[in-house]
Amino acid sequence: MRFIFKTKYDQDINIAKHNGDKISYGLLILSMVLIPFFIDDFYLGELSYVFILAIAGIGLMILSGYTGLASLGHAAFLGVGAYTHAFLLANGIPFYFSIIITICVSFLVGAIIGFPVLRLTGMYLAIATLAYGFIAEHIFIRWESFTGGNRGLPVPSPEFWGLSFYDSSTFYYVCLISLILSMIAAINILRSSTGRAFVAIRDSEIAAQSLGVNLGLYKSLSFAISAGFTGLAGALLAHYIGYLAPDIFNIFFSLTLLLLIVVGGMGSLHGTIFGAIFVGFLPQLIAIGRDYLPNSISSQPGLEPLLFGLILVFFILYEPLGIYGRWIKIKMFFELFPTYKKATFKKQKTFTKSDRV
Amino acid sequence: MSLIQLIIDGISSGCIYGLVALGFVLIYKATETINFAQGDILMLGAFVAFSLIGVFELPYIIGFMLTVLIIGSFGFVLDAVVIRQVIGQPPFATVMLTIGLGFVFRGFASIFWGTDIYSFSTPFSGKVTEFHGIIISYVNLSIIIGTLILMGCLYAFFSFSKIGVAMRAASENQLAAYYMGIPVKLIFSLIWSISAGVAAIAGVLLAPITLVDTSISLIGLKAFAAAVLGGFGSIPGAIVGGIIIGIVEQICGTYENYLFEGVREISAYLVLLLVLVIYPRGLFSDKAEVKKV
Repeated sequence: MRFIFKTKYDQDINIAKHNGDKISYGLLILSMVLIPFFIDDFYLGELSYVFILAIAGIGLMILSGYTGLASLGHAAFLGVGAYTHAFLLANGIPFYFSIIITICVSFLVGAIIGFPVLRLTGMYLAIATLAYGFIAEHIFIRWESFTGGNRGLPVPSPEFWGLSFYDSSTFYYVCLISLILSMIAAINILRSSTGRAFVAIRDSEIAAQSLGVNLGLYKSLSFAISAGFTGLAGALLAHYIGYLAPDIFNIFFSLTLLLLIVVGGMGSLHGTIFGAIFVGFLPQLIAIGRDYLPNSISSQPGLEPLLFGLILVFFILYEPLGIYGRWIKIKMFFELFPTYKKATFKKQKTFTKSDRV
Repeated sequence: MSLIQLIIDGISSGCIYGLVALGFVLIYKATETINFAQGDILMLGAFVAFSLIGVFELPYIIGFMLTVLIIGSFGFVLDAVVIRQVIGQPPFATVMLTIGLGFVFRGFASIFWGTDIYSFSTPFSGKVTEFHGIIISYVNLSIIIGTLILMGCLYAFFSFSKIGVAMRAASENQLAAYYMGIPVKLIFSLIWSISAGVAAIAGVLLAPITLVDTSISLIGLKAFAAAVLGGFGSIPGAIVGGIIIGIVEQICGTYENYLFEGVREISAYLVLLLVLVIYPRGLFSDKAEVKKV
């Protein structure tokens, strides 16, 4: 067990709580920087995809995990980001400007959609987000002058500073840098008063309102910030896919993002990374699992949705804190070694909180 | 095509939306959770009916009854074993849980029944009747009449039977109902079973029109529009909302050229968003008002 002796007030809000944090996260980043020299292009591409998922996960985590608002249509913002970025690049805007404009556009779209929708609470919000997810998908199909419709839209591969995305390690580093910057931005947003307002809204809207948090404003802000991160992920995803088709940004992708944050662990930024690794490598895991199953089962197309659903149900019922929660428990077990009690993390019995007045 | 013809077609597809929405409303009124897997239960109902009527060749009526019974008991077990565990957790947990269950059902159905599109013969298939120049197929008629009968039965059940009154009491106030000696847990499971049964009825009635495959579970999502339009707390509201959505969809489909392409598929969602933004109470809401920020 580590006890931190605090001598300065700043220590309460430091990003790295102690030197161990600095060393372990520093080593992690160093190994991520060095990894392209050791693995081949296929796995480098997969890792880039995991990073992109993690950025989208950060966006959804801020909205769902920290502000407590469910969004079943988040793939719409991925789509907005991807199409905006592809459109700007095709019109000759340099890559780095295009990325920044894309983030701003997604942020604005999130704010515009969020403002009317977020007056709703709980279930109604989930249903409304479902509806705009569908509508967005149809807009991507029908707005052919902008998105290319069902024919699809090729994403130009940019060249800047003498680098090109044809080299997969360049793309890997762009994704890595984007993820690190997003993570730092998210950490800083969440420890500012804005982030604390989000958490307050999640825990009790009435209490937050009583303490002077403007619910409508902060919910819209959370939605817009979330859309901004997701838009960035969408822009990178556009390069990863290379050819945009509207059916990528369907409800299944939105639900995959939700699976990501639930499996990773609601309400923790670590969770987005764990969840992204899980979701990113899930197709490979299933492919490996298929080899061990009898042919009559493994050749079924329904296996993936079945596993997807079972994993979701399993985590909701038995590990609501996700992989990160499990990690915390394991860490605690070793820190407290002989005295660990199972009851520390026992789910408390709760009663239905009624929304009815 | 005349407007009246359109409206008749709209009413019959709207009745299906209404029946699914009815399932949402029953569960929402009682437990304040929303079952995102309602459409998937409808799909299971259609598949079970196909197995019983199409494969085992039971008479239509008996197959129908057995399907409702099987899916109804499935709903009961579902609540008693799975859903009950997340009571009291934030709404997000139930939303995700029922979405996950929906995926499990769909995956199960496509493994068990395969991805082929099935159909089975019903007494109504292929027959039409004409009334003052309006052509009504027997299938549409069966849906409308079936909905009316079901509404009558539910009305009688909730008004006159002891269990029905107990269910209304439990929906009104769980704690007070519990103090009065009503077994609230059992009542909730029964409500889930009725809701699943209603979805199964909708599935069997729908099967002759859309045929049976896993994609019919998407109807559950459109039915949200019906439930929200009706006020999410009112049983007649769900049916009326469903009928309105059905008619709007038919009209949008016919006049697509005057509006914009593809308006038919998203018209239900557009109505849903408009209602939520402008008038979230819905048409028939009782005192359970939507909180606004």
